[in-house]
Amino acid sequence: MPPLAQRNLFHDKVRLTVTLTGIVFSVVLIVVQLGLFLGFTTATSNLIDHSGADLWVTSKNVPYVEQGVPFSERKLNQVRAVPGIADAQKIITRWTQWKRHDGGQESVQIVGINVDDQLERPWNLVEGRVEDLKSPDAVILDELYKQKLGVTRIGEVFEIGGYRARVVGFTRGIRSFTTSPYVFTSFKNAQDYTNLREDQAMFILVKVTPGANLQHVRRDLMDHVKDVDVYTSAQFSRMTTFYWMFTTGAGVAVLIAAALGLVVGFVVVAQTIYATTMDHIREYGTLKAMGAPNSYVYKVIMKQAAISAVIGYALGMIVSLFVVQGSQKGGAAILMPPSMAMGMFFLTLAMCVGAALVSINKVTHIDPAMVFKG
Amino acid sequence: MQSAIAVRQLTKKYDEGSAGTFALRGIDLDAYAGEVLMLVGPSGSGKTTLLSIMGCILTATSGSVRLAGTEVVGLSEKRLPPLRLAHVGFVFQGFNLFPTLTAGENVELMLDLKGIAATNARKRSHELMEQVGLGQKYDSFPADLSGGQKQRVAIARALAGEPQIILADEPTAALDSHTGRTVMEMMSDLAHRRGRAVVIVTHDSRVLGFADRIVRIEDGVIAATEEPQVVAPALLQMNQFQPATGLA
Repeated sequence: MPPLAQRNLFHDKVRLTVTLTGIVFSVVLIVVQLGLFLGFTTATSNLIDHSGADLWVTSKNVPYVEQGVPFSERKLNQVRAVPGIADAQKIITRWTQWKRHDGGQESVQIVGINVDDQLERPWNLVEGRVEDLKSPDAVILDELYKQKLGVTRIGEVFEIGGYRARVVGFTRGIRSFTTSPYVFTSFKNAQDYTNLREDQAMFILVKVTPGANLQHVRRDLMDHVKDVDVYTSAQFSRMTTFYWMFTTGAGVAVLIAAALGLVVGFVVVAQTIYATTMDHIREYGTLKAMGAPNSYVYKVIMKQAAISAVIGYALGMIVSLFVVQGSQKGGAAILMPPSMAMGMFFLTLAMCVGAALVSINKVTHIDPAMVFKG
Repeated sequence: MQSAIAVRQLTKKYDEGSAGTFALRGIDLDAYAGEVLMLVGPSGSGKTTLLSIMGCILTATSGSVRLAGTEVVGLSEKRLPPLRLAHVGFVFQGFNLFPTLTAGENVELMLDLKGIAATNARKRSHELMEQVGLGQKYDSFPADLSGGQKQRVAIARALAGEPQIILADEPTAALDSHTGRTVMEMMSDLAHRRGRAVVIVTHDSRVLGFADRIVRIEDGVIAATEEPQVVAPALLQMNQFQPATGLA
């Protein structure tokens, strides 16, 4: 096919620039919003997804991990008595206050663990070791929150809930969805920092034996341990994510913004391709007069849309990559996995091709007799 | 002689409210291979409407139009483009070339519509451009061509589809005398040497000398059919496009 589509598209450089700008804007906006959504959902369920546990035992009616209610740690023995359990550990996750050297206070989420066990250990350590949490008053936090908490180096001493806390390590990439950073410490320290009694815990994490049926073990736990709920990690993760993303409305807001990006892109591309089509309407009439079927004319227009989509997508992804990279050091990470990048390509193509339908409708109704009007 | 296009009792009515307007009424006409047939008449007489219906661009209200033996009146809109593509080549007053394609690519476009593969299309396109005397202008864009050159490219494009019928709407209207003569000599050659049926709608009295037959249309009906030799000698003397000896 002679390059009619490409030539018509590149003929008007100003209009092409407008088209591509619209597509780039749309791609970047959608990537940023969806990336934020993905970053948020990851952050909301970080603790659960990295816990290493198969099941979570909670007090009754706990809707998400930040809303734990203390219960007696005697339930740990009841849990361990149920068949199919390879490992069970009590943990604490609770908010408390961190006091900076300048006297200011910041809200933090204490995560108290059994340091000798593998469940709910901090991950991605860049300085220090998890075993260092065995030392008295030891805490590990994420390097992202150093400035917020007034921390500059390993060994610094602070106050949490009126108790001494010594920084022994930093992780990288453990974000909290709320403004309160996670602070990992031993279970005993956590009880002090969060003002819990010695016989109290917030959650019990369970690892089932290899080959055990997860749902059977879950049902057995619910039958044998009173006044608790038992969720699979996946289930509890979904509940926590759902609460933060949809019950609070935060997720809906970013999804709406992403949808707006799609609408903007659609409208801009539809308008510019339509204008280009109208500029060349006589040519399309000539094509039809020559005997071209409608499908031939549609191909020309669709090709223009597809070329615009490919170029706009490429430019948009370049900009998006810079934005995504820049966000990694910020409070809210924008994530763009390869599957999202691939999905964006098809979404961009669909947006542009869909926008071209307005022009398709126009050329379908061209009267070829127009070519005889001078 | 078999008709390339046979029109019988053709009527075209445009519905405007309850009254309607007859653009054509009871037209009987044949266009033959090897003949230059000219349709003349005042503006609004129905010449272009008749040409459009003969070329399957407009549909008739009633009557019969047989194009290369196929009855086209009553066919659905979808069935007309293949007929046009197979049997008709158009030459327009405004040339109607694609400005973003080169002259050669304009001809290739017709070949692409016919399903000819790109390499063969390019080769054939070069041949056609040579035939119309524009081989050296193959890669020129229409904006860089004169009016006469554009019309010759349009003729090459019309021929690319190997049609039996060439329909031309005011092909010399935008051209000067010399260029118009060149174009008319080509149109005459298409009929007399290549055996096409050539139908030309024209206001231009300068081209009448190239006609084998002239049909005068007035108010949607055929007012007269004339052979050029019976046209008033005075009119012929005004004809600056008299064919050169030996070309007819």
